[in-house]
Amino acid sequence: MSAASSVGAIRREAPLSRRILKHLRKYPSLWIGLTILVAFLLMTLFADVIAPTDPLAQNLRDRLDAPSAAHPFGADELGRDIYSRVVHGARISLPASFVVVIISVVVGVLLGAVAGFFGGALDAAIMRTADVTLAFPSVVLALAISAFLGPGLTNAIIAASVVLWPEYARLMRSQILVVRAQEYVVAARALGAREASILFRHVLPNAWTPLIVKAALDVGGIILLVSALSFLGLGVQPPTPEWGAMIALGRTKFFQWWLATFPGLAILLVILACNLISEGLRNWLDPHY
Amino acid sequence: MILQFFLRRLLFAIPMMFGISLVLFLLYNIVQVDPLVMIVGERAMDNPEIVAAAVQKWGLDRPVWEQYLTYAGNMLHGDFGSSFLTKRPVLEDLQLFLPATLELALSSLVFAIAIGIPLGVIAGVRAGGLIDRAAWGLSLLNASLPPFWTGLIFLTIFYYFLGIAPGPGRLDPRMAFPPRVTGLVTLDAAFAGDWAAFANALHHLMLPTLILGGFTLALVLRVVRASMIEEMRREYVRTARSKGLPPRAVVVHALRNTLIPLVTLLGLAFAGLLSGAVMTETVFDWPGLGTYLVRAAANLDYPAIQGGTLLIALIYIVTNLIVDFLYGVLDPRVRLA
Repeated sequence: MSAASSVGAIRREAPLSRRILKHLRKYPSLWIGLTILVAFLLMTLFADVIAPTDPLAQNLRDRLDAPSAAHPFGADELGRDIYSRVVHGARISLPASFVVVIISVVVGVLLGAVAGFFGGALDAAIMRTADVTLAFPSVVLALAISAFLGPGLTNAIIAASVVLWPEYARLMRSQILVVRAQEYVVAARALGAREASILFRHVLPNAWTPLIVKAALDVGGIILLVSALSFLGLGVQPPTPEWGAMIALGRTKFFQWWLATFPGLAILLVILACNLISEGLRNWLDPHY
Repeated sequence: MILQFFLRRLLFAIPMMFGISLVLFLLYNIVQVDPLVMIVGERAMDNPEIVAAAVQKWGLDRPVWEQYLTYAGNMLHGDFGSSFLTKRPVLEDLQLFLPATLELALSSLVFAIAIGIPLGVIAGVRAGGLIDRAAWGLSLLNASLPPFWTGLIFLTIFYYFLGIAPGPGRLDPRMAFPPRVTGLVTLDAAFAGDWAAFANALHHLMLPTLILGGFTLALVLRVVRASMIEEMRREYVRTARSKGLPPRAVVVHALRNTLIPLVTLLGLAFAGLLSGAVMTETVFDWPGLGTYLVRAAANLDYPAIQGGTLLIALIYIVTNLIVDFLYGVLDPRVRLA
């Protein structure tokens, strides 16, 4: 096996498209997950085209209508088309989740890298802050923060970022500690490279893999967190078509099962996609696994 | 030696708790609301006596750092203030709501372990087999399901349409609660010899346990499977096999070593259970900490939010401490680290 791959290194590389295809066939979970996620991303881009009606348009004659040709996912209490609302809901959940993950990765990676690379009092200050934040179960802390900040999407994003960044800081720090002991870092230092340039040019590029795997997983996790906050009445407020808030509308209406079912399926699909992507990425990027 | 190890861990926990109280205090101060309103509530603001008493008790006329010390001191005495909603001291409320969460968390843990270990062993011993792949699919699905939604769907199907599960709550509305001893309805019913209530309480636990335990189940399954695969490759397993031990006995050999990583996992699982409780309890009208916190948050009941959050963080830290300690007892190598 290892002999074959070292031969492959000498052989001329196949064209990029062929290589990508081969990858996709070798890592089906990555492929399936990406397909679902891209479908949802297209939905956010073309929501106005895909959705038959305005997600806020009320039509009281149709209130609580069961799924039909006119309303494929049924209609809610105010006669709004649930299908249109689910489609438009992607415009809130997906960008919100990406923003939270990007903020957390940037903040966590910077602080974790600084802590791991320089050590000392800075390390202690950063990591103790992270420890304290991680001492709360994430949903509980996010709930408390958004309760204090007040409801709304921006505050939900802030709460989720506060909860998430320490995980990246901790991960990055442990990666840095592993990498900085490697010979090429020692060699770079022996050649007189400045600390900052060692950090950015030699250490960081070699510490990415578990971070990317985790980020993919967290996009799904944050969608769950934000929709949970909205479901509990703390995140996105009605009438905005957010999935968690939509599920809350179906809470006491067992007979009108379509109120909660379809937005929940959307959440499930996106999280499933992220889990699949994360697993596929791990299998692909981490040969030890 | 063990005592020393335990004391060292305990010492680590103290700055943690300090930090946690600081975080909660900061939350208090970051928001643009007068802390006085937060403590006495809007309606009591007209009453100068109550206001003066609160200013005195919480040191609101002194500098911020002194306020923090007063605040931390009050908390150390178990004084979290009074809930605006229930008008009771928060500590009393917490004592009332904690048992329901504990009961749900414990039954979820038992469920996850009872199903997760055997399934994980089979999946690990026959890696790549049918059961292994089915277990993989199940845990992937479980990790992707939003618990508050699954709870609703289960209630819709099993309670509303099929009628085989009871509705929300801990007991049927017509059922009398057994006299409160532990606060866990199943245990209290058993103590009182009220077997009808016991059966009913168990039945009510079924759906929320399935939802909340599902997440932990996936976690247990994954860890047992992975360490089972690892253990089955070891030399002592090969020795056991070559001396003709029956396969079942070989698996038991390997399983004993698998259980050590499982202990660490339980701390993590407990955090998941507490987070999950916040998301599931509301759906099942389960009168636990999750419900309490969510209701407090929706009504801006700040003392209640703080007390509830602090209690959950404390439970989490103590659990991790116990897990750490158990780990040290089970695996002597850890004590040296």
